[in-house]
Amino acid sequence: MKLRDIAHSRTGDKGNTSNISLIAYDPADYDALRNYVTAERVKQHFGDIVTGEVTRYELPNIAALNFVMTGALGGGVTRSLALDAHGKSLSSALLNMDVPEAVRRAANRS
Amino acid sequence: MRTIRIGAGAGYSGDRIEPAVELAEHGELDYLVFECLAERTIALAQAAKLKDPSSGYDPLLAARMKAVLPACRANGVRIVTNMGAANPVAAAEATRTIARQLGLQGVKVAAVTGDDVLKETRESAAALDVGGTTHDLGNRIVSANAYLGGGAIAQALAAGADIVITGRAADPSLFLGPLLHEFGWALDDWPLLGKGILAGHLLECAGQITGGYFADPGHKDVAGLARLGFPIGEVREDGDLVITKVAGSGGAVTAATVKEQLLYEIHDPARYYQPDVIADFSQVRVEEIAPDRVRITGATGHPKTGELKVSVGYVDSYVGEGQISYAGPGAVARGRLALDIVRERLALVGVKLSELRADLIGVDALHGDQLSAGPEPYEVRVRVAGRAETLAEAMRVGEEVETLYTNGPAGGGGAWKSAREVIAVASSFIPQAQVAPAIQIVES
Repeated sequence: MKLRDIAHSRTGDKGNTSNISLIAYDPADYDALRNYVTAERVKQHFGDIVTGEVTRYELPNIAALNFVMTGALGGGVTRSLALDAHGKSLSSALLNMDVPEAVRRAANRS
Repeated sequence: MRTIRIGAGAGYSGDRIEPAVELAEHGELDYLVFECLAERTIALAQAAKLKDPSSGYDPLLAARMKAVLPACRANGVRIVTNMGAANPVAAAEATRTIARQLGLQGVKVAAVTGDDVLKETRESAAALDVGGTTHDLGNRIVSANAYLGGGAIAQALAAGADIVITGRAADPSLFLGPLLHEFGWALDDWPLLGKGILAGHLLECAGQITGGYFADPGHKDVAGLARLGFPIGEVREDGDLVITKVAGSGGAVTAATVKEQLLYEIHDPARYYQPDVIADFSQVRVEEIAPDRVRITGATGHPKTGELKVSVGYVDSYVGEGQISYAGPGAVARGRLALDIVRERLALVGVKLSELRADLIGVDALHGDQLSAGPEPYEVRVRVAGRAETLAEAMRVGEEVETLYTNGPAGGGGAWKSAREVIAVASSFIPQAQVAPAIQIVES
């Protein structure tokens, strides 16, 4: 299972920092997201794209997480050499993360 | 309790024109707001103003005003926009001219100035988010604009302005201004200001909350994107907020579209720094109350910092770029060979670059090789971009890609090259007390 099957996402940019929301379609899956998609796992997922830190904020009222990734936009939107200088496509990369079915089952049982 | 209706007529400078006309004609609006100023736009506009003192405002101002003024005048809709960019006074003058050409008399157009802090910034040594200080940038600084709050906009409306044109203002402030004016919210009522900022934040990107930038076929389907309706915020005097759109327009307003926009460009949701307040979205709730009607509650706010963010534009570098395509069996291998050749050539002929990037579009250009797994594509596009100190040096990057035609792998086609000056933007802070917004009003 991919994150895309249970959540949706949008990327925003400020300077050299990218933020990626991760929103459960079904609030029942929020705990699975919270348990599995940690800041460390996101940092690992993006590898050398994120040169700084990943910080996670939790919004249980809307079943969403917000990841703030510093040093993620090639030096900043206005000077980056990247094709996607804003990093707008990064949300699609996050949704491509594999999630074991067991994670979802365990979270929904508890 | 009173409610006012604010429409968002543009989410960026090049946005579609007709959705704003639809709002002005059928939105039953009190206000129509156009957010058209990206981070870098004002730096580029400043350069234009230096060449021609009557320019420096948004290039689509005339087209937008011509399109919406008749309906706005007929329906009593007031306009707020940051299309003034580097020259709100000239933008107000141009808008007055358009109103006269349309035969509309007595339209009051206000220009809000005071965001330009270039002189103060050049004389200061304020810390920059990119490291170093404004002093280090020296004469490379081309613009410095403080993010104004909603106060000056409210004052302009109180002075009777039908249209308020600002330069740099915090995007949500364009919406907060009318709320301050209409409801007389106290400037230290932090919870109410936080609710007003939430309304502005949700509306400022226009179509991004009505189903634009959202569709993912099979997962998130949205009907009618070619005639996407732009949003309307119904804001009550106590800050209660409903987001909706014109009936019959394309797109959709759902809990999901609202949630995506709620977190767009937000870092800590409990501390969204604005000129007038630190807004707090951490406890927000979202509820679908009817088709295309979503109610948002729970925003609040905390005392402002007393500092304004300053966007500093500076001449950073020159970037040269070249592209060429390969197709069919072995396309990826030929693309990689092409990249290797260009890298070696740039070193061989001694092009001085501080940074070089080589991608295969269709393979790994967006997310690098770690994240880009998949079957080999039928076609690829080679892309090489390099940063240089001069335009002449930057141009050599694209030239080395173009010469792949006769010197590189077989079957390269569609070569393209460019070189451009990069005006980059960094940010610093300035004490709010050092910034004095002012208003000038002209009448058609």
